[in-house]
Amino acid sequence: MILRRPFFWIILLIAAGFIYAPLHGNNVSLREDLILVAIAIILASNLNLMIGYTGYVNFGHIVFYGLGGYVGLYLTTVRSWNLMLSALVAGVVVSLCAFLFGLAILRLRGAYFALATIGILQAVQAFVSNFDPWGRSTGMYLSFNSYQSLGGARRALWIAYFLIIAVMALSMIVSLVIKNSKFGLGLFAIREDEDAAVVLGVNATMYKAIIYSVSAFLPAVAGALMFFKNGMIDPSIAFEYMLSLEGIVMLMLGGQGSVIGAALGGTLYEKLRSYLLTSPVLSNFHLVIAGGLLLMVVLFAPGGLIGWLYRLMPRARKVIE
Amino acid sequence: MSGVLASMIDGLLVGAVYGLAAMGLSLIWGVMDVINLTHGAMIALGMFCMYLLFAAVTINPYVLLLPTIGAGLLLGIVVYWMAVHWVVGRSMLMSLLSTFAVNMMVIGIGTAVWSTSPYNVNFVLPGITIGAYTFTGNHIAAAISAVVIALALQFFLYRTRTGKAIRAVADNREAAELMGISSTAVLTIAFAIGIALACTSGALVSTLFPFTILSGSVYQLKSFVVTILAGLGKPFGALVAGVLLGLLEGVVTPFIAVSWIPLIEFGLFVVVLVAFPQGIFGKRATA
Amino acid sequence: MNTILEVRGVSKRFGGLVAVSDVSFSIAEGEILGLIGPNGAGKTTLFNVVNGVYKADQGTITFAGKDITHCSPDQVVHLGLARTHQIVKPLNDLTVLDNVTVGACFGREYLDMAAARKVASEVLQQVGLERTDMMARSLTIAGKKRLEIARALAAKPTLLLLDEVLAGLNPTEVAMMIELVRKIRDSGISVLMIEHLMQAIMSLSDRIVVLNLGRKLAEGRPDEVVHNSDVVECYLGFPDVVHKLTMANKLTWRK
Repeated sequence: MILRRPFFWIILLIAAGFIYAPLHGNNVSLREDLILVAIAIILASNLNLMIGYTGYVNFGHIVFYGLGGYVGLYLTTVRSWNLMLSALVAGVVVSLCAFLFGLAILRLRGAYFALATIGILQAVQAFVSNFDPWGRSTGMYLSFNSYQSLGGARRALWIAYFLIIAVMALSMIVSLVIKNSKFGLGLFAIREDEDAAVVLGVNATMYKAIIYSVSAFLPAVAGALMFFKNGMIDPSIAFEYMLSLEGIVMLMLGGQGSVIGAALGGTLYEKLRSYLLTSPVLSNFHLVIAGGLLLMVVLFAPGGLIGWLYRLMPRARKVIE
Repeated sequence: MSGVLASMIDGLLVGAVYGLAAMGLSLIWGVMDVINLTHGAMIALGMFCMYLLFAAVTINPYVLLLPTIGAGLLLGIVVYWMAVHWVVGRSMLMSLLSTFAVNMMVIGIGTAVWSTSPYNVNFVLPGITIGAYTFTGNHIAAAISAVVIALALQFFLYRTRTGKAIRAVADNREAAELMGISSTAVLTIAFAIGIALACTSGALVSTLFPFTILSGSVYQLKSFVVTILAGLGKPFGALVAGVLLGLLEGVVTPFIAVSWIPLIEFGLFVVVLVAFPQGIFGKRATA
Repeated sequence: MNTILEVRGVSKRFGGLVAVSDVSFSIAEGEILGLIGPNGAGKTTLFNVVNGVYKADQGTITFAGKDITHCSPDQVVHLGLARTHQIVKPLNDLTVLDNVTVGACFGREYLDMAAARKVASEVLQQVGLERTDMMARSLTIAGKKRLEIARALAAKPTLLLLDEVLAGLNPTEVAMMIELVRKIRDSGISVLMIEHLMQAIMSLSDRIVVLNLGRKLAEGRPDEVVHNSDVVECYLGFPDVVHKLTMANKLTWRK
């Protein structure tokens, strides 16, 4: 079933590329570049489940990533747990919280839901800033010992990288599987007309809560891995509101609703962002250019790059999902 | 007078400015079902507008509010035609994104021009001292200005023809068009007023606290909280809710470390969103 | 004959407005029951209460022996009660086939994707929609109405609620739709239909229930109901005038 979809193999190919390219020649700076792209793809793909598939705009998506980072770092540093276990537990804990919160706020529609997600992001950030065991506004630092269990700092960073690439591939695979499943069809129905979907038999309340928690899982795992790799976390970098919004920009740029759109948008935006930030002339204008780009997309190409591609070549839909 | 009471009164005063800011957001949302994500950037521009005007013409900043309002109206018209007109009526996501895009651009340009160092409007009105507590004159003047402007808006909406047209379009755009009201003109004006309100509240804030181009976002978030508390449809309700929010802050500050306040505000925000579909005073637009 | 739906003493109010007041009726298996009444009589509200979109303030609704008064719409569909909407609700950015597949996936049989797609194709053929790859938004109004029905049928209901399926259709389309409703009943599905087109509902229905201002005004066979002076009055206002016109053969009811 999933193995028969050509795009599944494209995903594996992309992941292989991400692994091989920096490994060949031990290219650490390329790895650092690609890891940012991978994180962007993870965030955009999972956000796509809410926005593109279900039609619920999550403005506070980054909260999953940040919370995952906190839980993960806490478990590895304070509790000295194994990295993979910590990341997994972080994912489970955060997605469970998301399920419970989701049941409450998913009753809201449209803009009200979007605002509630902002509220949750801000509230969680405020809470964590005051939470003693997690270092309040100073945050937490990884103790060097944590790298030892993985065979030293250098090896640990590579392991973290591979795990993140795995999460990236998983994010895209999950998107692909859901898109072609009955569950996904139910989500699309909710997106198109929630009231009609309920009348047709879709248990919208449950479906929304499930996809909200699913969309939290992998970003939380990625957060645990990424902040472990970076060795530190604090409320301002974990819960950056701007990152949340940039996730939406990536999705719009690439084309919401398709698996490749999220990946493409994430990649392009991340590349654009790093180019702009390192250019001496343009670094000040990073926001201006990004904003201008977003405006162009919204006004003229709301389907994003992939939407444009689908219009040019309708047959591409079957292969490039 | 106890410290808590003094803190509450001060909170009330600043709250009036929150309310004014929220009125801008609420008006635009109520009339055209657009959540204006440029709101924070416009507030920040208002701060800088006052700064520039004051630097150029060192007169009482409260007089300079008038050209600020004018500038705000012009700015609103520009932003409307740049990003908003084309997304009115389309999905909420589109209007959120287009206004957010403009927000990014404004913040980007603002950072380039003014960097992120703090600015100040150096004008101090003598305060009023009661017992052991002094209420800064600026706070009192800001509150009075906010209330006056709010009353002016109320008058405009309920006693003038254009105001009536705006309320008609807010109620039912198609029906209003059938009655011969040019909804484009009305939407432009309504949006411009909303921006002007944001700029003006920013101008008032500039007389109270030091600011940067990024300061607007805090007020934008407060405006969301206030708008949700008040519900839509009655801009004056936003003023009242703003005052209440300021009051809440005033009550809480003497007892709890400042860092807890965002948690209380946003916790309240989410609870009100989920538990009170109608807002506490007004009605919700169909989202 | 078994009763498939029993509505007893149902009332629904919205604030001060009583939309439905103490309405009771039942539908026998295999029957087509017509629901008529002037605009604002509470017909669509009654539908919404029956299929769980609104909660009844009073009364009970029993479907195939089960009490569904407190069920949500998705639960009701799983039991075999499907409905269409007066103002059609196509899932616009999905294809026609996908639209109907949703009905088959989440209906009474709760099929998996592959089986649901098959059922959807069959139902679309029955209903006469051929271009299944079209986006639902591109259909004509008649097409969208068929889509509504196809989606409901794909759920394999035992009772189908049709809300003004003939509204907005031209005479040819009306005739085709009437045929379709007959075919649906003949396949064993009971039908409760709201309709304003008098000739259609008179010829299709086995029995008719008339609502006015939220209350049940009359119930009975079409020819009985038509001659009920209360019914005539609520529609036309002057029962004597109508009677005289009927007598003078100026108005006829075609069977």
